Parts: sequence; structure tokens; C-alpha cells
Amino acid sequence: MSRRVVITGLGVVAPNGVGVPDFLQSIRSGVSGIRFIPEYQQLNFNCQVTGLPEFEWNHIKNYIPEVALNGLKAISIGYGIKAALDAWADAGNKTDSDQPRWETGCIFGSSVGDTTVVKNVITRVDARESKKLGSRVVEQIMNSGVTAYISGRLGLANRVTTNSAACATGTQAILMGYEQIKHGLAKRMLVGSTEHVDSYIFGTFDSMRVLARKFNHLPEEASRPMSASAGGFVPGSGAGALILEDLEFALQRNATIYAEVLGGSSNSGGQRSGGTMTAPGPGGIVRCIAEAMEKSAISGRSIDLICGHLTATVADILEIQNWGLALDRKGDDFPLINSLKSMIGHCLTAAGSIEAVAVVLQIMHQFVHPNLNLQDPHPEILKMISTDKMPTTMIKKEINTIAKANFGFGDINTCLIFSKYNN
Amino acid sequence: MDRREILEELKKVLAPYTEDKEMLAGVNEQTDLIKDLKINSANLVDIIIDAEAKYNIEIDMDSSEKMVDVKSCIDVIAEKMNVQK
Repeated sequence: MSRRVVITGLGVVAPNGVGVPDFLQSIRSGVSGIRFIPEYQQLNFNCQVTGLPEFEWNHIKNYIPEVALNGLKAISIGYGIKAALDAWADAGNKTDSDQPRWETGCIFGSSVGDTTVVKNVITRVDARESKKLGSRVVEQIMNSGVTAYISGRLGLANRVTTNSAACATGTQAILMGYEQIKHGLAKRMLVGSTEHVDSYIFGTFDSMRVLARKFNHLPEEASRPMSASAGGFVPGSGAGALILEDLEFALQRNATIYAEVLGGSSNSGGQRSGGTMTAPGPGGIVRCIAEAMEKSAISGRSIDLICGHLTATVADILEIQNWGLALDRKGDDFPLINSLKSMIGHCLTAAGSIEAVAVVLQIMHQFVHPNLNLQDPHPEILKMISTDKMPTTMIKKEINTIAKANFGFGDINTCLIFSKYNN
Repeated sequence: MDRREILEELKKVLAPYTEDKEMLAGVNEQTDLIKDLKINSANLVDIIIDAEAKYNIEIDMDSSEKMVDVKSCIDVIAEKMNVQK
């Protein structure tokens, strides 16, 4: 299996930037996308801040036919279409195709169909008006709706599916697309994930008391990964998309190559030995990272930067401990580490794909984005790694290899290894 | 409302479901919704739901199955509007 898998296109809808140029500028200079939402105060939520992209429906006005756009209400599908079609165009591909593109598939993750659309269904059915729902509802409440819209527009005709693995969904979608190409089953895969945290989804997390509640008056300071004052995560929304391509296929069409996916791993701790429905078990995490490095034929020494899961809960301490164990590095020898969640919050299903877009941008432009709100690194973390490994300002530096991981409910782990493309 | 007036209103109902605005402008009673206006067959139910609201009528399942071209749409709508009166 000598095939190599490279990244040739990026698209993003993030709380701190819609479109790659705005997003790049924001992550370079450390711009937060977290805002106070007055409605959340009225709803008596503990946490009243969120990372919300400045997305408008007219952003995708020319992306899908007007007939399809009329009646499209599911915002997560809107985000996905924008990110995916931007990534496709960014890779230098034409949108229109009369023929199915047999060599290209799509794996786009989603956690839940649009709950606002579901609410309308419940209201109508309970009022005995189900016949007024029409034909456009099923495609917006089915979890695979976003993938169906994207692949339909582009004629993608290799494997087309939606994966769902909670907060590990985005990275897992990338890994599944990578494997499809690596195994010779596809030449190109459009991969990514989307999430729109509306008030109903938000409420379910708020009720678990895992969200940041002490910074409602200072929204940009609310997401504080790795800090002593971290008090829970801030939910975010958006979508990220990447074009993965067989290296030979990319070279044949003279594509610009942004970076390479060296390999990855996805497993579960089995909800044993410390792993539960909501907490990742250390055994599974360490094994996942080790296996990702093994599949990529690299050692922990080669890793220049860790783009962590790091949500701003007590699990951050455990995560850094596990990275240390898997890489066998600590103190001054530990790689640089950052968390995009300090700027955009935790975009749940979309976290992995938006964060992977940030990973690729850091490789392309050779920098390490800052960690916001890290004036007070957690003392338990400082026992394991030195302070300067958690940069609070942007660093220009040679970056060859980045490890990216996400951990999701259900004790599901995914780790990917990205590198600069060297021919 | 006579057949010509129903047709004018029907154009507005059909507009969101067809890309072919030229064909829509020239709609006549012989126009087929799927073949001529290239409307997705799944959207016919949406057109019926919109027509119910537009003309303040109820279109039962048996009648809705007849609505495949402009003529049959107008037939059903006119019939239901008369029932309403």
C-alpha cells in the first residue's frame, strides 16, 4: 500500500470566520468568535455565550439551485454546503458535471438532524396536520441530509455516507475518507462535518452543567482550555471540509498540494477502565495516539505541534497526561500544544473538521496559532509540561508534523497525523 | 375566479419549484408540470399544499393524484372552489 493521501482543498464556516481567508486571519491573530446571546439569558441557561458563525443564507445563493434553496431551513446543512463547495472550488474543481463522478466520494459527519425542523414536524403532527409538512422535511431531519445535498450538487458517486461519533465525528470522517483512498477504493474524497447548536441542543448540554457559566458578561474570555480558571466548555457551531486526494491523481491534474495525511486511528476505550459514556478512558486514548503514529510510520519525537481536543474542562489535564504517555515526552521536551476551542468554543460534531482546517493552514503557512485566555495555566498541567509549550501569541516556526485528536461521548477517540507535503 | 385568473395565481404557486422561468412565463393549459416545467415529482405535494393555502381549499388525495398538468390543476382547483361556495 504505497498510496499517499494529500489535501488539496479547504472550506470552513467558523464562529471567527466564514471562508478560509477570514478564518486564517482570525486564527493567526487570535480573534474570538464567542458571543453573548440575549435569548439564552431569557431561556434561563447557565451558559449564555456561544460560538456562532456569521452565516447568511445568501452565502449559498449560487451554490445550489434556487428550487433546492427555497424551503431549505436546516442551518447545519447550509453550513455544510458552504464549507464543502468552497473546498471543492478551492481544490480547482468545476462544480457542474453531467456525469456521476465515480472516483469521488463524500463522508460528511453530522450528529442530529435539524431540531428546529423537527420541532415543526412535532407541532404539525400533534395538530393532526401532517399532510401540510410537504416533501422537503425528511431530507432535512435525516442525519445524512447534509451529505445528500453536497454529493447531489457535485455528482459525487463513490462511497457517500454520514458518520456520527459525537465530538470525534469530524476527525473520524477525515480518517474514513483517507482509508477509502489508501485502500484504492476512491481517488478523491470530500470529507468534513457540520453542527448547528440551536437552543434545543444547547439546552441539553447546559443541563449537564458542563458549560462555562462564569463569563457571560465577557464572552471572548469564556473558553479557557488548559487554564486554572477553566470552568466548562462553550458550545460552538459551524462546518469544516477538506478535499483528500490520491497523490498520483492530484499530480496528474496539477493540483496544489497543501499537506499530507500520514495516517490515523479511531477506536474506543470500550467504556471500561475509566472510560464512560461521557469520559474518555486513558487506555483507549493512549492506544489511539500510538496507533496513529505507528500507521504513519513516525515516532513521538517527530511531532512539532499537538492540536488537542482540549475543551476547557478538567479533562484537559488528563488529555495532556495521555499525550505525554503516548509520545513519551514531557517538560521542556514536550511539543507545542494549542486548542482552537479557545477562539471558537467546542463545535461538537464540527470540531474535528474545523480544527483540521486550522491544522492544514498552520502547515501551509508555517505558524502556530495562539491559545487565548491562558494567563493562568493549570498547575497540574505545569507539573507535566513547561509553560512555553502553550503559546499565547502566534509563533512563526517550521512545522512539519502535527498530531490532531478529538474525543467524543461514547468513549470514542480519533487521532490523525498531518505533515507538510515533501515529494 | 375564472380559469384565466386561476392560471395567473397558479403561476405564482409554481414559481418556487421550477428553474425554467421562461417556460413558466409562457404557461398554458397544456403545460406538463414534470416534462415541461422540469418540476421534481416529489415537489408536487408541496405545490398541492401551497395551492390549498393560496385558494383556501382542501384537495383530497384522489383529486391531487390528477394534478399533473396545468389543465388538470385548474380543473381540480375550480371544482374545489365551487364546493367551497
